[in-house]
Amino acid sequence: MGLSGKDLVGLQFVPAEEIKLILDTATPMKEIIKRQIKKVPTLRGRSVVTVFYEASTRTRVSFELAAKYLSADTVNIAAGTSSVSKGEGLKDTARTIAAMGADLVVLRHPMAGAAELLARTINAPVINAGDGAHEHPSQALLDLFTVREKKGRLEGLKIAIIGDILHSRVARSDIWGFTKMGAEVRLSGPATLLPQGIEKTGAMIYASIEEAIADADVINILRIQTERQQQGLFPGLREYSQLFGINTERLKLAAPDALVMHPGPMNRGVEIAPEVADGVQSVINEQVTNGVAVRMALLYLLTGGGNQHEIAH
Amino acid sequence: MRLLIKGGTVIDPGTGKVVEKDILLADGKIAKIGVNLNAGSAEVLDVSGKLVAPGLIDMHVHLREPGFEAKETIFSGTRAAARGGFTTVACMPNTNPVADNAAIISHIKNTAFVKGTSNVYPIGAISRGSKGEELAEMGDMKEAGAVAFSDDGMPVMNAGLMRRAMQYARMLGLTIISHSEDKNLSAGGAMHEGYMSTVLGLKGIPSSAEEVMVARDILLAEETGCRLHIAHVSTAGSVQLVREAKARGVKVTAEVTPHHFSLNDGAVAGYDTSTKVNPPLRTAADVAAVKDGLADGTIDVIATDHAPHTIEEKDVEYELAPFGLVGLETAVGLVWTELVANGVLTPLQAISKLTINPASVLGISKGTLKTCADADITIIDPATSWTVDPEQFASKGRNTPFTGRQLKGMPYMTIVGGRVVMREGILL
Repeated sequence: MGLSGKDLVGLQFVPAEEIKLILDTATPMKEIIKRQIKKVPTLRGRSVVTVFYEASTRTRVSFELAAKYLSADTVNIAAGTSSVSKGEGLKDTARTIAAMGADLVVLRHPMAGAAELLARTINAPVINAGDGAHEHPSQALLDLFTVREKKGRLEGLKIAIIGDILHSRVARSDIWGFTKMGAEVRLSGPATLLPQGIEKTGAMIYASIEEAIADADVINILRIQTERQQQGLFPGLREYSQLFGINTERLKLAAPDALVMHPGPMNRGVEIAPEVADGVQSVINEQVTNGVAVRMALLYLLTGGGNQHEIAH
Repeated sequence: MRLLIKGGTVIDPGTGKVVEKDILLADGKIAKIGVNLNAGSAEVLDVSGKLVAPGLIDMHVHLREPGFEAKETIFSGTRAAARGGFTTVACMPNTNPVADNAAIISHIKNTAFVKGTSNVYPIGAISRGSKGEELAEMGDMKEAGAVAFSDDGMPVMNAGLMRRAMQYARMLGLTIISHSEDKNLSAGGAMHEGYMSTVLGLKGIPSSAEEVMVARDILLAEETGCRLHIAHVSTAGSVQLVREAKARGVKVTAEVTPHHFSLNDGAVAGYDTSTKVNPPLRTAADVAAVKDGLADGTIDVIATDHAPHTIEEKDVEYELAPFGLVGLETAVGLVWTELVANGVLTPLQAISKLTINPASVLGISKGTLKTCADADITIIDPATSWTVDPEQFASKGRNTPFTGRQLKGMPYMTIVGGRVVMREGILL
């Protein structure tokens, strides 16, 4: 069994059994990462191009290492935002990449729908590494993988996602992923950062953060961007921290073995207290490791894995 | 030159009658309407089974000339109008330079006279450069031929300026057409704010961005006594505001576009930039409310807001694409498919909203089939089904979300000033 779609643009339309396949495939991939020699020949002779219209060291390096561990050749295009503003950057870049024979393209772009536009334009598979406020499916898959690894299951768990839901592609992908796998998703954040109609996704909205995290099995804390304050979407970081920051007191409201997650990079002392970020319940560093494993699984599956290749040993 | 239109069902919103009659055209005018008219020396057009209406009027188009001829010209835009069954269009002033003075208004009229296939009535800008800062020379523009005033595409954010514009327009006896949008509420938005914008991750434009300005302009019209026309109404709240204003006697009229009664924001899924319009496609509930407004007379006019763009401009990321779609050549099919066939409007009501009502808003002597009126006639085949193919468009614009859509009802023939300019989709 492989993935039914050519691309991974988002999790909204990926069936639960395919999500399970990705998570199952990531498990042996993680084993590879733990080896002393982290290289298998699975994608030898294949080329993976990462195109980043936004700076993101974490996600880009994660994808590049995933490709390298599978022996693919990788190249990164750090596209300037100036060409984006001219409105012709993406399609021109797409045609160039296609002409060079890329076998898979990873795209990070500041605008929603860019990954879908690229996927329509080229024949090679496209992985969306974040498009505007739309989706960031590989981040959600690593979140799912981490929770399943720690809890042994996803079904029936209570997942609280706290913070700027409005601008968060991670939140959207997490909502689709966790709800499809049978978990309950709770959202809380400033009213100005909760998007219209989000409850129709199946997630539950809580005005009170305390209620949102009560008995939660997972607290996923979103990054607050200071520019949102400059846009007047909330009055100030200090107030935000007091109303929505996760500290040790609030953490006590969650289940005793609740996991603390964060997609990073963190604003310590704003959305997350340092002692929570570094506490025993934090799995933030493991999320990073699991990110590489999940991305290895995605590269493997989208380049024909499961049909033509076995995971090499 | 004499033409006898024979055997059709004549729909005349001027008399409110739908009857089997013949119409004789002579020397660019309607010479006679009657039963079994004698052809004499006239060429006979047998239109049995077809509907014969006054020439359709689209009071909201963007012809893009001067300034944006790559998108459209007066030549191509009026050919698109004729192909869509429109004998008359009123063009918005957001050209480059903006049509904010008598010279540009005259230029448009003269170019249309020389190159136009359909009649063209320019709409002048409310403010200089449509910047919303100071009044344009409205009186001068009226003298040159402007039939209404609008800063369409840009809202007049300054309520004081809008109030003065209405006072002035009232003095001139012309209508102010409001592009109702609060820029502070719509800033950065690419589609309707709601569940779909949340899922797609696009910044939304809330319904309130339109409604607060509709409410403001209604209050100003009520105060000044100016005739106010609300362009491209898209929300249930706007429909209700206009309904209430009319009930208390405010001189307000309103229009809706075919795309706003045919599509909802679900059409944006997939990020087809042809669905990016301003105001945005709203929810299914808004579409239903707009149809109710058409049915009960709250909405007087159907206008396309024909907004052509080049393929290069639209073939980009959704947020980067300009707003607008082309509407002239799909309007009749959408009106018949979505409104007439579904019983929302009778054929007479639909024709009224495409003829006599926009003529009334603009104060032009068009839109009826009176004897001695201009021989502008649109003949519609209500039974024919056809598939939208942008490659067939006479417009330079291909930006339509209706590609491949099966429509029932098509413009069969367009007659401007007694001359057949389009027959069965072919421009003559």
